[in-house]
Amino acid sequence: MRNATLTAALCSATLGACALVTLSARTPPDSDEAIVHVLNRVAFGPTQADMQHVRAVGIAHYLDEQLHPERLSDSAMDARLAGLQTLHLSSREIAEQFEIPQLQARRAKKQAAEKDGNAAPPDKNVKNVENVQNVQNTQPTPEEQRRANQVVIELSEQKLLRAAYSERQLQEVLVDFWFNHFNVDARKGATRFLLTEYERDTIRPHVLGKFRDLLEATAKSPAMLFYLDNWMSADPNGPHPEAGGPAPRYGRFGQPRFGGRFPQPPEQVRAQGKNAPKGLNENYGRELMELHTLGVDGGYTQKDVTEVARALTGWTIQNPRLGGGYRFDARLHDPGSKVVLGHAIKAGGGEHDGEQVLDLLARHPATARFIATALVRRFVSDTPPPALVDRVADRFTQTDGDLREVTRTIVTSPEFLAPAAYGAKTKTPLEFVVSSIRATAASVEDATPLVREMRELGMPLYFCQPPTGYKDTADAWVNTGALVGRMNFALDLANDKVGRIVVRDRDALAEGGLTGLLGRDLSESTRSTIERAVSAPQKIALVLGSPEFQRR
Amino acid sequence: MVSRRVFVKNGAFALVSLGFAPSFLTRTAYAQGRSARAKQLIAIFQRGAVDGLSVVVPFGDSEYYRARPAIAIARPRSGDAAALDLDGFFGFNPRLQPLKALWDDRALAIVHACGSPDATRSHFDAQDYMETATPGMKATPDGWLNRYLQARRHDASEGIGEPTPFRAVSLTQQLPRMLQGPAPALAINQINQFGIRGGQTAGASFEAQYAAAADRVLNGTGREAFDAIKMLKAADPAKYQPENGADYPRSPFGQALKQIGQLTKADVGLEVAFADVGGWDTHVNQGSSQGQLANRLDDFGRGLAALVADLGSRMADTVILTMSEFGRAVNENGNRGTDHGHGNAMMVIGGGVRGARVYGRWPGLAREQRYDGRDLAVTTDFRDVFGEVVVRHLGLRDAQSIFPGYAISPSKFPGLFG
Repeated sequence: MRNATLTAALCSATLGACALVTLSARTPPDSDEAIVHVLNRVAFGPTQADMQHVRAVGIAHYLDEQLHPERLSDSAMDARLAGLQTLHLSSREIAEQFEIPQLQARRAKKQAAEKDGNAAPPDKNVKNVENVQNVQNTQPTPEEQRRANQVVIELSEQKLLRAAYSERQLQEVLVDFWFNHFNVDARKGATRFLLTEYERDTIRPHVLGKFRDLLEATAKSPAMLFYLDNWMSADPNGPHPEAGGPAPRYGRFGQPRFGGRFPQPPEQVRAQGKNAPKGLNENYGRELMELHTLGVDGGYTQKDVTEVARALTGWTIQNPRLGGGYRFDARLHDPGSKVVLGHAIKAGGGEHDGEQVLDLLARHPATARFIATALVRRFVSDTPPPALVDRVADRFTQTDGDLREVTRTIVTSPEFLAPAAYGAKTKTPLEFVVSSIRATAASVEDATPLVREMRELGMPLYFCQPPTGYKDTADAWVNTGALVGRMNFALDLANDKVGRIVVRDRDALAEGGLTGLLGRDLSESTRSTIERAVSAPQKIALVLGSPEFQRR
Repeated sequence: MVSRRVFVKNGAFALVSLGFAPSFLTRTAYAQGRSARAKQLIAIFQRGAVDGLSVVVPFGDSEYYRARPAIAIARPRSGDAAALDLDGFFGFNPRLQPLKALWDDRALAIVHACGSPDATRSHFDAQDYMETATPGMKATPDGWLNRYLQARRHDASEGIGEPTPFRAVSLTQQLPRMLQGPAPALAINQINQFGIRGGQTAGASFEAQYAAAADRVLNGTGREAFDAIKMLKAADPAKYQPENGADYPRSPFGQALKQIGQLTKADVGLEVAFADVGGWDTHVNQGSSQGQLANRLDDFGRGLAALVADLGSRMADTVILTMSEFGRAVNENGNRGTDHGHGNAMMVIGGGVRGARVYGRWPGLAREQRYDGRDLAVTTDFRDVFGEVVVRHLGLRDAQSIFPGYAISPSKFPGLFG
């Protein structure tokens, strides 16, 4: 009788949940342990609110909701992100507002320094190293540095805020996964001005779409073209004359310059000037196969690397210094025939050569396995169960790389839902920091202190140097320094010492609210240290810093 | 073997009696009488591409003066601003006077025209390649020093003790690429701030939690973390006094080196240390014996000299290896600076080094001798220097796993160690 009333009440509240609530009346309700587990994998850790929600609708329905983020309202998120002004700018606007002024200031300083240099010999009294920093005339001032960093800091704040508060948790987990899969580091040249667009327009729209689309979006993104050098990879026998009239000319910052009568050398050769490589650059071709598609054991050869690089010559950036987009430049393209993985690409294919390569790679069985393995590692275990990898790879192939179906196959699998998988993964610093915020329902108005914490915990957001991305296994994240850092973060957060981040209702959290979100039995030692702690902040810190909370 | 040891011992004592033996030579003799002390490597990265031609000046190559009318360092014995003669062909920048004493003590060697086979002139890529020691390969997951740590397991017979949490320490905020990888390595910016911030109670509670953790990795690492905190506390870094009159610059680089000295002498098991120093990207108004670059070199040289002095006799078992991602163009540019180039100079300092020599074939600076017609050519692959340090100094017999895709062979070693 009581159950029926509850069902009716919920049905009237949310019509959509009605069917499932009725269903869950027939099947046993999900245990809190199972719900915590699901929220630890499909989301960035449980919150009290999400626990209640999943208890009400059931795990199966929650997973379906999360697999369709477009159906979930996330309006509160927009309000939280409203203060971050660069998130909606195009790379071109970012270049105009942040990069070009920096380049101009640097140039002006260079000229001023030249004048000074001619007027007077260097000051013999400058011995102090601190002063030397100011004499470094090509180094930006702190204000310039701050402005230049603003773009990537806002991007990082956005990532943390979405991870902590978005209703579309699975989408955020997947954006993190796929960005990391197609990693671009903010440190290389102008990439820090390109990542906002890269994440927003290249990665985010495709995380539950077709892999082939995601692959092409990254292949044609200025961020990837720049980071892995394909933008300046050229046929060593070029530049080839272009069929359609005079070539565009570009000024110092890549803005079109009119009145050029004679064909110019391709812009990348000039833009790089003396640093221009003389021809083919294999970096992207290699990582495309090794890291993005086939995997290192995917059965390709060095010859394939070269052939793929040849096919992709001419895939370049419109006007690199002005935040320009992808452009195919026939003058740089190697027009000859190629053989990639035994498949012949006819001569004269132009831009289509590269598209054929992406077709081949996206539909290759090794790619299905490689992607399946990486996703299962993320969602299930550091040692992916082979039977599950097989099924997920099959699903990838059957659906022509439909990532929504691939993801669904994983999160609805018995392996994923098995108690053996509970707590089997070690949290990365990102997962640790965000799950702490979620578990304590801490209010983050300004996420910059968390951006700093990520640096201190060894996982600076958007600053992962190699194209491999950050590792997704425990061995990379459990080390002495990082562990000390996590305990200190736990203490700081519990004591409101992380910027102006506030933890409310500490008493409720300390008296079991927080341990309830661990979903597993605590060790006797963890339990007793928490019981003995004298204050609520101390109890909270001892939960967040505990070995149990480092797992998900 | 016995006779050689006796020779070293007697030789060293003989030198002592004459009054000019570097203190670490006497310690070598002493140390060899007992079980061997663990070897140590201190790697220094000059980020931004230092101009090797202004550091180790090829004053004997007349092309040098033609290429650099405004910023060349004058020939030795031509006044205060002149290069410090090393071997009649090369000279130190005069601001490296503190290192000249080490050269004279035969404790410092130089490898010139050294670098990468990869053509990149991107700081980012070149640093990456140098730190992974896989030029041209971006996806190498770990750094070469981490691969050394992986390859070199604890071996009592070789004086390699049980690894401590301080086996590999980087005095930087982030762990550098060179030390990233599966083997544990610690990044500490300020060693006296390493610990649990919540005081005794919180620390003790966490320690109890991790000691009881069922998770083997968390349990082990937790134990290590608290051991590390206790070891540092016992060493009391706040009270540290450098020895032998070592005067570390107050710069960030000088303070990083001072902490390396502290950790070494605290005997916490430091085997590999790392520090980096920037400010070398001198495109504009580079200066010569004075100015921008010279001021950075002053800090650099005084820092290294202080560390060597402070380590004293321990230098017998230590090598300091300096590197920078590439050199700078031979010709000065229109801004009295230098643009990105290719070959560069590395320094190797230590008691076991056959010092007072410039290693590597000098390719010459004439246009047709240059790389791409503009840069100092590379005649020594940097991996041969790393390889020799790993094999001959650190004592790893098979270094092949550290340098994937490159055949490591003693026949290619520059011969830095006797």
